[in-house]
Amino acid sequence: MTDASELYQSLILDHNRAPRNFRVLEHADRRVEGYNPLCGDHFTLQLRLDGDRIGDVAFQGSGCAISKASVSLMTMAVKGKTIEEVDRMFDSFHRMIVGQGGPDADLPPKLAVFAGVREFPSRVKCASLAWHALKSAIHGEAVEPGAG
Amino acid sequence: MTTPTLHPPAEPAATPIFDVARARRDFPVLQERVHGKALAYLDNGASSQRPRVVVEAEADYALREHANVHRGVHTLSQRATARYDSVRESLGAFLNAPDANEVIVTAGTTAGLNLVAASHGRRVLKPGDEILLTEMEHHSNIVPWQLTAQATGAVIRVIPVTEAGTLDLVALEHLLTPRTRIVALTHVSNVLGTVNPLRHIADRAHAVGAVVVVDGAQATAHLPVDVQALGCDFYVASAHKMYGPTGVGFVWGRRALLDAMPPWQGGGGMIQSVTFEETTYAPVPARFEAGTPPIAQVVGFGAALEYLGGLDRGQVDAHEADLLAYATEQLLHLPRVRVFAATAKRVSVLSFTLDGIHPHDVGTVLDLHGVAVRASHHCAQPLMRRLGVPGTVRASFGLYNTRNEVDALIEGLREVRQVFG
Repeated sequence: MTDASELYQSLILDHNRAPRNFRVLEHADRRVEGYNPLCGDHFTLQLRLDGDRIGDVAFQGSGCAISKASVSLMTMAVKGKTIEEVDRMFDSFHRMIVGQGGPDADLPPKLAVFAGVREFPSRVKCASLAWHALKSAIHGEAVEPGAG
Repeated sequence: MTTPTLHPPAEPAATPIFDVARARRDFPVLQERVHGKALAYLDNGASSQRPRVVVEAEADYALREHANVHRGVHTLSQRATARYDSVRESLGAFLNAPDANEVIVTAGTTAGLNLVAASHGRRVLKPGDEILLTEMEHHSNIVPWQLTAQATGAVIRVIPVTEAGTLDLVALEHLLTPRTRIVALTHVSNVLGTVNPLRHIADRAHAVGAVVVVDGAQATAHLPVDVQALGCDFYVASAHKMYGPTGVGFVWGRRALLDAMPPWQGGGGMIQSVTFEETTYAPVPARFEAGTPPIAQVVGFGAALEYLGGLDRGQVDAHEADLLAYATEQLLHLPRVRVFAATAKRVSVLSFTLDGIHPHDVGTVLDLHGVAVRASHHCAQPLMRRLGVPGTVRASFGLYNTRNEVDALIEGLREVRQVFG
């Protein structure tokens, strides 16, 4: 890859400029900080579980275009999905960005825009930050609803 | 009254312009291509490249002369010892140290600052004593002092950085008190390139009885370092930012201070005699060089000093100053750019941000243009907080860089703007 537009596809740039679900989530029951000390990417992810489904999810914070677009697109992809589906998405996304497999059926097609990250080992953590935060939010301790 | 006449010089004086094309031939890595583009290596602040003579000196030593130093009676060990000790002599001369035995070989600046903080710091600091740092320090000149402060009950105070990217010398006057025992500061900011007025600060610090420790990591390749003229008490730096190998550096310290300091690390080579009841230590500098040193790297360091010594310092400085001025001017022509410490006295370093674009994204697009810069907090998080940014993009120049490479940087930044709008 020698062209910046192959990494920074228009969907990524769009979500960097105008991130979705970028707000405080009322009645969140999970809250986790995603922080990459290397580059200063810092996001707060909030979610509400409805049984074993992601009822709602939102985030705030700042970071590079890859990390911000990754959180934004992730929140869209996981809303309404079961924890089991989200776990499979996590594994699929991880395989794709570290170059262990192309985007597969477990991954919503839009998330394939991050496939180019595999060419930039120093940026893999930017793309995966959101997903690690989500995983620890889901499998971590519940917080008081609304304490967000 | 005679009419003044202009006399053209009979012949041109020694060429006033640094022959950068010739210097570039000494650094084979500069011919590398990155993403199909000519490499423009503008990350010298992180680590500079090595000329062929440095690598050859290391290889020659390893292939023909290697043995342990200060230990054997056999010929190779004596040769290795002679080469190793000759580098200490070269360093003493490079620093204009009163005595080359005041130079301690370390694993680098970080190791050197830890040595001074642990050994000198713990010896002199009492609860409530003050260590004065600055807001522009690298983590390597913060964390060792925090460890020492925790162990001794000393307190850390900080000289602020002004809007212009310089140290606040007015605040310095209030911060220096009779309780100030140590002032530890960088010679040149690794983020801003600012050259600090060491002599002034050293004089003020000495007036209250404090000892001055200087982090010279970013300075030694770009400024003359005369430890006697600078007036400091310790000066610490690394080989790999001055065209030498990684894993080696030095501490220079005043003899009286070094003599009074307890060992930092114990081991072979730093003792006079050992029993299980009591050990007596070797004199300086051996006392601070426990264990087998990185001998090949030290030999390479010596070759780097020789390489630098063979260049016309004035020409190199003028060349680097031209690059920095040219790059700063070109950068200021771009829209929505924030250049840090643009008006301060600087060497080598140009730090900036593009409004609305994260430094990491800038760094990645520049890499696709073959331009290597650093984009991060530069191990100076307190300074990032002061500047109000998560990080900056830093271009840092060495003697082999060219205006063409500055143009490649600017071209890359235009594309960054195109991609991100």
